[in-house]
Amino acid sequence: MDVTRVIIVAVGGQGNLLASSVLGEAALLAGVPMQMSEIHGMAQRGGVVESALIFGEARSTIISDGEADVLVGFEPAETLRAVQKCNAGSVVITNLAPLMPFTVNIGKGVYPDLAELQNLIREKTAKLIAFNAAKLANEAGNPLAVNMVLLGALTQVGLLPFSAENVKEAMGRKTKKQFLDSNLKAFDLGFRAAEQAG
Amino acid sequence: MHKLLTDNPGEKMLLLGNEAIARGAIEAGVAFTSTYPGTPSSEITLNFFQMSQESDLYFEYSTNEKVALEVSAAAANCGVRSMAVMKHVGLNVAADALMTLAYVGVKAGLVVLSADDPFMFSSQNEQDNRYYARLSGLPMLEPSSVQEAKDMLPYAFDLSEQLQEPVLFRTTTRINHSSGFVTLGNIRKRQPKGDFTKDPMNLVTVPAVSRNLHVKLLKNYETARKIAESSPYNFTDGSGTLGVICNGVSYNYVSDALEDLHATDRIKVLRIGFSHPLPEAPIKDFLMGCEKILVVEEGEPFLEEAVKAIAQEAKLTLPIRGKSKELFSRLYEYDPAMVKTNIAGYFEIPRKPTQPVDASDVPTLPQRPPTLCAGCSHRATFYEVREAAKALGVETIYPTDIGCYTLGLLPPHSAADFLICMGSSVGTAGGFSKVTDKKIIAFIGDSTFFHAGIAGLVNAVFNNHDLTLVILDNGTTAMTGHQPHPGVDMQRLNLDGYGQVSIEAVVRGVGVSHVTVIKPYKVKKSIEAIKEAIAHKGISVIISQEVCALYATALKLPKRKPFQITDKCKNHRVCMSELACPAFYVWNKRIKIDPVLCTGCALCAQICPENAILPLKKKKETVS
Repeated sequence: MDVTRVIIVAVGGQGNLLASSVLGEAALLAGVPMQMSEIHGMAQRGGVVESALIFGEARSTIISDGEADVLVGFEPAETLRAVQKCNAGSVVITNLAPLMPFTVNIGKGVYPDLAELQNLIREKTAKLIAFNAAKLANEAGNPLAVNMVLLGALTQVGLLPFSAENVKEAMGRKTKKQFLDSNLKAFDLGFRAAEQAG
Repeated sequence: MHKLLTDNPGEKMLLLGNEAIARGAIEAGVAFTSTYPGTPSSEITLNFFQMSQESDLYFEYSTNEKVALEVSAAAANCGVRSMAVMKHVGLNVAADALMTLAYVGVKAGLVVLSADDPFMFSSQNEQDNRYYARLSGLPMLEPSSVQEAKDMLPYAFDLSEQLQEPVLFRTTTRINHSSGFVTLGNIRKRQPKGDFTKDPMNLVTVPAVSRNLHVKLLKNYETARKIAESSPYNFTDGSGTLGVICNGVSYNYVSDALEDLHATDRIKVLRIGFSHPLPEAPIKDFLMGCEKILVVEEGEPFLEEAVKAIAQEAKLTLPIRGKSKELFSRLYEYDPAMVKTNIAGYFEIPRKPTQPVDASDVPTLPQRPPTLCAGCSHRATFYEVREAAKALGVETIYPTDIGCYTLGLLPPHSAADFLICMGSSVGTAGGFSKVTDKKIIAFIGDSTFFHAGIAGLVNAVFNNHDLTLVILDNGTTAMTGHQPHPGVDMQRLNLDGYGQVSIEAVVRGVGVSHVTVIKPYKVKKSIEAIKEAIAHKGISVIISQEVCALYATALKLPKRKPFQITDKCKNHRVCMSELACPAFYVWNKRIKIDPVLCTGCALCAQICPENAILPLKKKKETVS
């Protein structure tokens, strides 16, 4: 079986770890081998959270630079920061709604221009799918469902070794009951956004 | 029911490495567990804590790792299977207990888990704790995967019982914080009660006793080596006349590399999971069948040096390489591509490496370092200490300690000048005060104070050091995920049967006469109190009490109204430049406050020169 390597980067609080565990559960449902690792040192204190998910027959739980098949970024500057995980054949999916680092707020850094950011990623990789996931999460009635919107987009690109139904069933198992409807709606909106971008 | 207590052997679950470890211990029938929390080990004992509330499993958050090991050592000497869990540097604290416990031994299985942190994702050093096995003479086990971590724990307990001595279980962050599918096994019945048989001539380590116990330890060592030589956790993969010897997560990178390089028929692998005492005979056999060896291990050349020694004794002259400028580093963690490159290079296997994209034209991105939370009380205390020192015109040195407040090292706080280990703030403060003429103001958290700060404080009283100790009491062990400590009111968590130790009573009890408790959100009063403490000759202590803002949310404590910057603002930006609270942002060249992030601590409102920061009239919108 081919190995698929997915990197998810986010800012603490964006629900990266929940999204990763949904994908892990979906792999379990589909009977696909999976390893993953996460670095969430001080996520609650505004830092970056990175998950590496490896589907298929591999033992490693981390992904080296250049080895990601898909990079999913929940925050545009963080997507660009992680771009060296990609190679020329990688697919990148990114939210376009920025979360300003406090360093920018206090004048200790400049936030990248979003158009330039997209151009840079597009030039370097095989495909970029970029849209405002925060807006779609709001549309779904759950501003915290940015993670589910991006799961929808990730599922749409068709590189995961399991179906959208597997992911939705995993969402039912891993996310809170009272948010399931809005999460599923967010997932569908993300799925469609990726379709349109494709 | 807690998912790790599921009694359904054969069921497959997606588990975090630390959950798998906790489950493995449960399957082994562990009945007594203890820890001092520390990343990357903390989730293991969070699960013990939760399970202890719905079963007869005993768990305690001990004051520090030494105490954690001592309580478990006693339980294991009463015939109760026990486990003491800590991060790698925690084993330094517990080392005094460990070294002689190795002589005394145990009656029931005792596993001591050390969670090492190559690359220092959240640690002050990346020491390689395999050397504790060599130093103590105790057996060590090292898993390579999440499933294996679970499976190895019952083996570790059995081994400990067979040898009647503790077993060291070493993980690294990439085991603790990786997830995978784990097939559950049987849960052995717990025996939570034991009994103690007096045997002072074997259990009281006076010199005459210890001289015999050391002989026993060395005998055990030989037995352990024989067990290691037939252990299923030391095994060989593949075939060929080239060889790789590896351990832990390096085994995963080696396996994937050899698959990718189509080299499994030319390069064989010896995976060492029972890494002390080393299985000498199988290593010798492996070397004899090889022309060339590469040792792949993160950290120090622990295996490499031992393998070279074994080769020398066997008069083998084949090349054995590992750590070198051209190959592997002693620094940081390894990754699959780096291991593949080194294997291909060393064994001269041609390949086309995957090229990462060229990111040289990516503009410098703004950093996103972890920072003190919005409404963190440490921010208020740091500001007040700075203002007090400024008002008195004193030059300061700020020894600090291990906790969230270490983040105070960054501007604008710049409230951290020296740090080596848990408790070092107050100990080093004493030294600074004796040899410099500066004012020494040390910072320590509440949990860290109990862990290792009290002895330093007693020392300062006895030796009459001139310093101010600021104890940042936020009512929890915040950094590692809000674990309790001896100063915590456990009733708040609806838990009975705990005592509570008052930090103020401890400080006064050890003889500090100048003690002030401040509420850091009351800025003027706090600055005055700190000025008095700084002016005091000799030891003075400030206890700054305010519950951790994140913990307050978790406890559902009443919320304060968020603040806003009104039109009275003249854009001095004192709030931003002095506090840099993450709730601030710039919009149209003006500072604004994000009402979702603002906790209503009112610190900025009290320092605004125009009194332009006022509470929002509307009730805070809830988002979550």
